Amino acid sequence: MSLNIELETKNNVLCIRLAGELDHHYAEELRTKATEAIESKNIRHIVLNLEHLSFMDSSGLGVILGRYKQIKQLGGEMVICAISPSVQRLFDMSGMFKIMKLETNEQFALERLGVA
Amino acid sequence: MRNEMHLQFSAQSQNESFARVTVAAFITQLDPTMDELTEIKTVVSEAVTNCIIHGYENDPDGIVYISVIMEDSFIDLTIRDDGKGIMDVEEARQPLFTTKPELERSGMGFTIMENFMDEIDVHSSPENGTEIRLRKHLIKSKMLSN
Repeated sequence: MSLNIELETKNNVLCIRLAGELDHHYAEELRTKATEAIESKNIRHIVLNLEHLSFMDSSGLGVILGRYKQIKQLGGEMVICAISPSVQRLFDMSGMFKIMKLETNEQFALERLGVA
Repeated sequence: MRNEMHLQFSAQSQNESFARVTVAAFITQLDPTMDELTEIKTVVSEAVTNCIIHGYENDPDGIVYISVIMEDSFIDLTIRDDGKGIMDVEEARQPLFTTKPELERSGMGFTIMENFMDEIDVHSSPENGTEIRLRKHLIKSKMLSN
């Protein structure tokens, strides 16, 4: 099982769609690709779509928190959407939902950022 | 009935998924719930990642050892490395504590292992490696034995 990373830019929002398994092995690739897109495409906000993410561990929490800090420094927001119950448990455990926004699907996430 | 499995492999990050999938396949014999299977896979991933990043500091020549013993509805999981060990185990187990923030480590590994398993024992000393023993009692099997 691998991780498929799909990146799409809508106005100043970077949509990151993940499919597969996000562990330490794939966290570095996600960090590099997302950082590159944020820096080169004048990105202000991030929508992280986890609908097809079947597995994640604390390495995933680390790389997501890293992108959150990155986008916050640019004055932006991160909205996470379509999260599965098992992945949500990890977010709850780490207290990350106290600082990040959650929506049920990508459309709502984009509306929240005023794009859709 | 007792059944056991022992596994050893190179401390390389591409083996993290191999480790968790192999352990999950072995314990499937006990007919765990989907949640239990996810919990075990996550715990294996956390412990093996610690061996690779912290124990061996990404030296691919290091070897990670996993033992799984199933007896009745109990799963005993041992994950060990011969790496550099942990200076202060109590400190390492604190939520959000990490020695490698520059690598974007969340510091949640031990917290997740504690939450997803019933018992955890950490044996470690500097330069003598780390051994983590974890125990879990499967719920469905618990109901059958009552």
